[in-house]
Amino acid sequence: MLRLEQRQQPSKAMLYLTPVMAVLATMAVGGVLFALLGIDPFRAIYLLFIDPFVDSYNLSQLFVKASPLILIAMGLSIGFRAGVWNIGAEGQFIVGAIAGGGVGLALWGMEGWWILPLMTAAAALGGALWAMIPAVLKIRFNANEILVSLMLVYVAENFLAQMVQGLLRAPDGRGFPESRNLGRNDATSLPDVFPALGIDAGGVVMLILLAGAFFLLQKHALGFQIKLTGDSPRAARFAGVNPSVIIAVCLGVSGAAAGLAGLFELTGAAGKLTIDFPVGYGFTAIIVAFLGRLNPVGILLAGVVLAGTYIGGENAQFALRLPAAAVTVFQGMMLFFLLGFEILINYRVKRVRRAV
Amino acid sequence: MDFSSLSPVAMIVLLIGAATPILLAALGELVVEKSGVLNLGVEGMMIIGAVTGFIVATTTGSPILGLVGAAVGGAVVSMLFAFLTQYLLSNHVATGLALTLFGLGLASLMGSSYNGIKPPRMARLEVDGLSDLPIVGKLLFSHDPVIYFSVALVVAVWYFLNRTRAGLVLRACGENHDAAHSLGYNVQLIRFGAIMFGGACAGLGGAYVSLVRVPQWTEGMTAGVGWIALAIVVFASWKPWRVILGAYLFGGITILQLSLQALGISISGAYLSMTPYIVTIVVLVIMSADRKRASLNAPACLGRSFHASH
Repeated sequence: MLRLEQRQQPSKAMLYLTPVMAVLATMAVGGVLFALLGIDPFRAIYLLFIDPFVDSYNLSQLFVKASPLILIAMGLSIGFRAGVWNIGAEGQFIVGAIAGGGVGLALWGMEGWWILPLMTAAAALGGALWAMIPAVLKIRFNANEILVSLMLVYVAENFLAQMVQGLLRAPDGRGFPESRNLGRNDATSLPDVFPALGIDAGGVVMLILLAGAFFLLQKHALGFQIKLTGDSPRAARFAGVNPSVIIAVCLGVSGAAAGLAGLFELTGAAGKLTIDFPVGYGFTAIIVAFLGRLNPVGILLAGVVLAGTYIGGENAQFALRLPAAAVTVFQGMMLFFLLGFEILINYRVKRVRRAV
Repeated sequence: MDFSSLSPVAMIVLLIGAATPILLAALGELVVEKSGVLNLGVEGMMIIGAVTGFIVATTTGSPILGLVGAAVGGAVVSMLFAFLTQYLLSNHVATGLALTLFGLGLASLMGSSYNGIKPPRMARLEVDGLSDLPIVGKLLFSHDPVIYFSVALVVAVWYFLNRTRAGLVLRACGENHDAAHSLGYNVQLIRFGAIMFGGACAGLGGAYVSLVRVPQWTEGMTAGVGWIALAIVVFASWKPWRVILGAYLFGGITILQLSLQALGISISGAYLSMTPYIVTIVVLVIMSADRKRASLNAPACLGRSFHASH
């Protein structure tokens, strides 16, 4: 009979091994799922997990998908460390895109290097303010931030629908519910920096912010307070940490990051606002954050893996008629496996003989 | 503007229909939370119920079998959550989110070939004579079976939790799992069962959306109802009779909002569609503002993993 026995200390090796084990287990079980769907499992696994990282066209798309995921996950992970559960990043992503895009559309026709930075600032502010709603309601009224931030996703989606039908609709768009194409204008489109990997100016900002998050969590007192609050809220209070500040910082930072991701998506890959603009990065980023062990370096790797599944999934749709939803199932499965394997960090499995 | 088309009786009948999925899912989650488990996967279990119910109902031609299938589907998928949280001690919040993400994906995978099909119709339970009564007949005697079942379930859950020994044990697991364990109760098994009950209820609620409310299958059709159900449990202070109050209140807001859209009122439809979500937030704020009362009502061990070390 197998029994779980608590370890004296959490296993460092398992801490880093479990995400890898989760990916491998997903590939194995996913292969069985593909076989059941009547799809060649080896071909499908190759397309989803290997081809995105070897084919040069796929590589040029890698960070187009990975950057928003990593940026959002970076913000979320700071909150998750403190036990502040912002799961409304999708809404903050939308509001950031509307705020930043709105600035760009208001300045339509103008030229200048300052337009894009202004839009970026507006997006970060928009996302942060949207995330401050659950923060303030949590601090002032003790309202559950999980439910409030999630409800605000639906509010933001309806707000987007309203905006693309009204205020932000392209005047020359023949009545289609979509904005002007910001990508067609040099002043409002993101310049490419390293096209071979799909890194544009947004990707560079993402990498800088990721380094900032690493510094915050490893070297800064605030980062220590965030981690302390997550590990032991009581100890944190005795140490003089103000929980309200932690809640506001965590939600503010993650909202700003999601807002930025929204703008980079708008001025990069998407170009224009439509009802279908949000594609679920805000939710997939939750998986990225956990798979990356809430650690900036891990999140970078996890974001790349998840981006690969998006790219591979699209290719497999054409090549193998793989249903689009299969990728979402895969991503969910990966998180399940990770959460399951996590027990090995704090416990070891022991064989015991049943006592008589 | 013509308000005469808003007949109060018809509105109440519609309200009950809109409230029933929320009521079923929230009742299930109430039992789950009473046992000390926070399952944020309600939305995922509902959408799985919606799709399995739809598939079973269209292939067998029987909406009742569809409902049974949905309850089984919801319970089966909830076992993933139950196994991970109870035996692998994973974090309830993260695992619940995983269940929702996984459920949404799996449901669209399962339902991809069922778009645009009409499911078999659910017959209403009409009682000769009674259903023809003015007003009362429409209000009380002309609903489909699921609505009567959901109201009966409120009474049953209340009775189970407050008047039976098993209910007392379940609540003990939620209030103090160490004490329940030391009295010899198998906390993990009891919680496992509660989670499966929650999954079945959520699945049933989901099938009510896809078989009766809409009735067809579209991706993501539960549109946050599962999350609203979670909020209703907080609103209800973990009391079954308040769950029905909360669910019907939300049903009322949904129907009012839809009727206003149909009337072509000058407020845009997108803004009106936001109202159920905004009202949920407002309700959460009101119910949580009094910290002392909120913490008295919530089960003391809510969301905490239990591992028997000996």
